[in-house]
Amino acid sequence: MAKIDLSDSSAVVVIGSGAGGGTLANELCQKGIKVVLLEAGKRESPETFVNDEWAAFGQLSWLDKRTTSGTWRVAKDFPGLPAWICKTVGGTTVHWAGASLRLQAHEFRTRSIYGDIAGANLLDWPLTLEELEPYYDKAENKMGTTRTHGIPGLPGNNNFKVMYAGAKRLGYKNVHTGRMSINSRQRAGRDACWQIGFCFQGCKSGAKWSTLYTEIPQAEATGKLDLRTRAHVLQIQTDANGKVSGVLYADKDGNRHVQKARIVCVAGNSIETPRLLLNSANAQFPDGLANSSGQVGRNYMRHTTGSVYATFRQPVNMYRGTTMAGIITDESGNDPKRGFVGGYEMETLSLGVPFMAAFLDPGAWGREFAAAMDMYDHMAGMWIVGEDMPQESNRITLHPSEKDQYGLPIPNVHFDDHPNDVAMRNHAYKQGSAVYEAVGALRTFEVPPYPSTHNLGTCRMSKRPQDGVCNKFGQTHDIDNLFISDGSQFTTGGAENPTLTIVTLAIRQADYIADQMSKGNI
Amino acid sequence: MKRKGMNRRQFLHTSGLAAAGVAAVASGAVLIAPDGAWALQLHALDEHAARTLLVMSRRLYPHDTLGDMYYAKVVEDLDGGAKDDKDLAALLRDGVDTLDKAVGITWLDLSEGNQLKVLTGIENTPFFQKVRGQTVVSLYNNPLVWRHFGYEGPSYQFGGYINRGFNDLAWLPEPPETASPKAG
Repeated sequence: MAKIDLSDSSAVVVIGSGAGGGTLANELCQKGIKVVLLEAGKRESPETFVNDEWAAFGQLSWLDKRTTSGTWRVAKDFPGLPAWICKTVGGTTVHWAGASLRLQAHEFRTRSIYGDIAGANLLDWPLTLEELEPYYDKAENKMGTTRTHGIPGLPGNNNFKVMYAGAKRLGYKNVHTGRMSINSRQRAGRDACWQIGFCFQGCKSGAKWSTLYTEIPQAEATGKLDLRTRAHVLQIQTDANGKVSGVLYADKDGNRHVQKARIVCVAGNSIETPRLLLNSANAQFPDGLANSSGQVGRNYMRHTTGSVYATFRQPVNMYRGTTMAGIITDESGNDPKRGFVGGYEMETLSLGVPFMAAFLDPGAWGREFAAAMDMYDHMAGMWIVGEDMPQESNRITLHPSEKDQYGLPIPNVHFDDHPNDVAMRNHAYKQGSAVYEAVGALRTFEVPPYPSTHNLGTCRMSKRPQDGVCNKFGQTHDIDNLFISDGSQFTTGGAENPTLTIVTLAIRQADYIADQMSKGNI
Repeated sequence: MKRKGMNRRQFLHTSGLAAAGVAAVASGAVLIAPDGAWALQLHALDEHAARTLLVMSRRLYPHDTLGDMYYAKVVEDLDGGAKDDKDLAALLRDGVDTLDKAVGITWLDLSEGNQLKVLTGIENTPFFQKVRGQTVVSLYNNPLVWRHFGYEGPSYQFGGYINRGFNDLAWLPEPPETASPKAG
């Protein structure tokens, strides 16, 4: 591993080691570019992961103080935990389920296709699916996505069998075990899936793609990467020319350092990324960095989510095997006749008893709840993930009074469902319940959203600088050596789990950065 | 005392509940099961508060076939937290006091129906929410209750579920291999 001097201003500094940052760092290192990768969390490994929901939650999650506001139910159920994302090397690729779906062509052009939806701040991406396809291809190959590149699908588990039978009886056509970045066969030095069932707790077989044991070791092997763990970035600094010059970070002992940089790429997920830009305000950029549009922190999206669980006369044992074991894609298109624009996916999901108790109906108690838990091994479940409307007022702001462990304002996450989100969730609850009723469900449960795992849009891409924060390469409109490298870039969210697109954008961004560096433009 | 149930011994070992004989020589109050099957050494709560919280946790999440020892884990965790947290100790003491004064009859002496009425009346209080939240974690995160729910829990040490029934559901038709390929 490289040791890059703090005063060395020739390196690219990448903040965050997840899907965006971890991939970008590796791609740059493979091109011979020196990278300092700053990760706030510790380095774990498949050996240190635990098959224990609460223990793993404590080991991997980003638990720094946050507040919530707005009418979304998460603000009531989990007021201090708006998002279920990670602070660890590999970021949220340690926790993710593995679903790897491309955005659909129309989802890049929502303003044009959906039209002017009241209250929504829709905008077309400055990109098309066609432009991204070669990079999607590279990302799927890198991640070993099933049902691409000749890689077979995963075997379906019990939870999938229930979904499949119900979906078919209901008349759905496109139901299978998904495109998953979980090895169905040995590949790239990693094992095939053991059907362990603790995908969210860190994959102990290493079958699920995570930057922790793919991109990062590959980058380290180039000798170009300087990975610093437990390095929490507090501020991005600028010079007299209005360029980014380095970052201030705190190490594990709280000691502060400034790392000089030629380029800074921010990939802290969609809450921390805008928070860092806002906390980096200085005399030259009084509203925060890259915020001339006023869009930093705005248009926060989290996907329209919810879950449907159902109990059956016979056992299911849904917890055995991959957490996200299958998908119904029939509702993912845009069909406004349903009463909303955009679409949603239905994907199996299961939780262990500890998390089922916490999430089935947060706050509920009494005999009815206990009776539902008593049916745990007779339960099947699915998660709904659909496109939500970007709204300017859904946003990350700096808390006016509360500070974190470094004395910096904590983020507040404000979210109100848009009427389109409400209509979509309602439709999805009905359809999800119908899937299970078609195979004899005794009772169905409409489970409210969990803390957000898909956090998007808070530094969005736009063609015009006044509409967003960065261009189609993630380069900020205002500061050309400052990049956004995570899901914050998404102009709109689509119906698909975002990781594949984040990785795709990172591969493409690395090509762009290398090209611009070689031309001396940045 | 000669009680040898495997479950109980595992439970005592896992949860840190002291066996009755051992607890008797420790200091402070002790919560002892009516049948003497287990005992819990208390650090912050008195015996009445502990017994009240035990019954309260059962009323919140009633699983009739689960023994009191599983609910005693909730009390143990609340007591453990209150040992080093004066605010929590006061919250629990005052909360129990509120329950006892709600209708002028000690809460433990109320019928189950009246106990539930009192609980419903205070469900928005910090005391109620603390006990409810602790019960969700301490009850359902106890590996010894997982068997009751048919949950097998960690699987890594057994090689996952790939050879242990991940796809053994037989009451519905098998999906075709195009939808669900065979394991590699």
